[in-house]
Amino acid sequence: MSSELAIDLRGVVKRYGPITAVDGLDVQVPAGTCVGLLGPNGAGKSTTMRMLTGQTIADEGELDVLGFKMPGESKQARAQLGVTPQLDNLDVTLTVEQNLLVFTYLYRVPRKERKAAIARGLELARLEDRRDTRVDKLSGGMRRRLLIARSLVHRPRLVLLDEPTVGLDPQIRQELWALIDRLRSEGTTILMSTHYIEEAQRLADTVLIMSHGKAVASGAPVDLVAEHAGSEVLEVYGGPARLAEVEAEAAAKGLSTRRTGTSVAVLGTSDGFDGERRPANLEDVFVLLTGEEIG
Amino acid sequence: MVSDTRWSDTRSDARTQRLHRFERPAMAGVLVREIVNFSSYWRSATFSSTVEPTIYLLAFGFGFGSLVSRVGGYKYVEFVGTGTVATAVLFSSAFPAMFGTFVKYQFQRTYDAILAAPVDTEELVTAEALWIATRAGVYGCVPMIVAMFFGLPPRWEMFAVPLIAWLAGFGWGCFGITVAGFAKSIENFSYVVSAVLTPLFLVAGTFFPLNKLPKWAQVLGEINPLHHCVQLVRDSAFGVLGWVDLARVGALMLFGVLIWRLAIFAMQRKLID
Repeated sequence: MSSELAIDLRGVVKRYGPITAVDGLDVQVPAGTCVGLLGPNGAGKSTTMRMLTGQTIADEGELDVLGFKMPGESKQARAQLGVTPQLDNLDVTLTVEQNLLVFTYLYRVPRKERKAAIARGLELARLEDRRDTRVDKLSGGMRRRLLIARSLVHRPRLVLLDEPTVGLDPQIRQELWALIDRLRSEGTTILMSTHYIEEAQRLADTVLIMSHGKAVASGAPVDLVAEHAGSEVLEVYGGPARLAEVEAEAAAKGLSTRRTGTSVAVLGTSDGFDGERRPANLEDVFVLLTGEEIG
Repeated sequence: MVSDTRWSDTRSDARTQRLHRFERPAMAGVLVREIVNFSSYWRSATFSSTVEPTIYLLAFGFGFGSLVSRVGGYKYVEFVGTGTVATAVLFSSAFPAMFGTFVKYQFQRTYDAILAAPVDTEELVTAEALWIATRAGVYGCVPMIVAMFFGLPPRWEMFAVPLIAWLAGFGWGCFGITVAGFAKSIENFSYVVSAVLTPLFLVAGTFFPLNKLPKWAQVLGEINPLHHCVQLVRDSAFGVLGWVDLARVGALMLFGVLIWRLAIFAMQRKLID
């Protein structure tokens, strides 16, 4: 069997009492691509991830993961799925190697392949010389690398990364991006949730902008920018009165603006205002479409 | 054979066999996790599971043993030695199940990691209960062995004791998991320990027989699985097994099955939303 779409969510809804965490979400992830779910905390990204592993059951909608229907066939899907959670759930009293070993059993790696799977995991996490170190002695970046490596011991076809670089230093984030890039180059399908614009821009083939449980736009990062924010943006700095003036002027000309505290970015034009020109980016698109800052 | 260092397997025909409930590999995976973890704290677990009941045995056995020489037809040291097997079973099953489960859920988010793999909640609960039962089966025998050093005569029927301890340990382990499954915070456990476990372990025939207690206490004893465990262990140790013991085994099995399903229900409610 072969499915074009590794993930196919249609009209998915999840409510928790009065709160609707996911509100009619449609997500399609073609096999072999990397899709980024970009949205602030509370947008419904983690809830969506949990629905893909069957740990949260949707109230409405259709969910297909690797061709399997959720939640009924979630076990089959999970056998071919790798999940790196947002919060660290490593066994802290065990060593690096023991953590990988336990998961080779949980993910049913055949006995004769276990050693090789652990070796691959250690290589991926670059922790070969720390295989016998207890996890509670590792740094944050090392733990995150181990967390990712642990989810790959069984060579999954699809990998879910929930905020993979949150809370890490910039240089460690770069390392992790290289790791994720390597996965992409091997043709693994990836669904990654993040609230870092740069991460989405760098790693995702397609970005899905999420806000309040819905997808408000989706497309390749460059296409999204071109479509919604134009190629360049004028950033005008000034005091609150001046910024308000600029916003009014722009509105009169039919241009969208985006306020960032000390400046106003006028989108869709490269002159007519006294400001700095800079390339439009995904953050502009995000703010424009959702009306909220992502930080 | 070319070494394959790819991290992903993008063949679309890979591994699409049907999966079902209670699969050996899933439960084995959970057991491996328990065993590997156990190797890092087995010393403290063994110490507390053996020293604590032994202290009860020695204190009551010799403390009371100096006041009463025979109870229930047996030397008091032997009476208590066989009774504290049930104490050891309870301490090595209900308590680790309650606290271990809660800590894994709340603080370590271990269950999230396991459930992201092809393991379902019922397999997870069952595997953990089987492991706890095995520990109870082993540690439960310690008081009896200690009693043998104080003169309890060995008998072939004593080989039934680890099995009885295992069966009771399975039930009490599931009980602990159930409590952890329903508990909102670790403070809730004090209620269970004080209001349920402590009375049950005292009204079980462990340190004194039930036949001189008021009627209501005797009735409580009859529905107390720990009491059946105590009686079974005593009857095995003293070689007086009878048909009523078969009924007691049945009672322990019924207890085990019912509380096992309840534990699964409690954990599913907690883990899947």
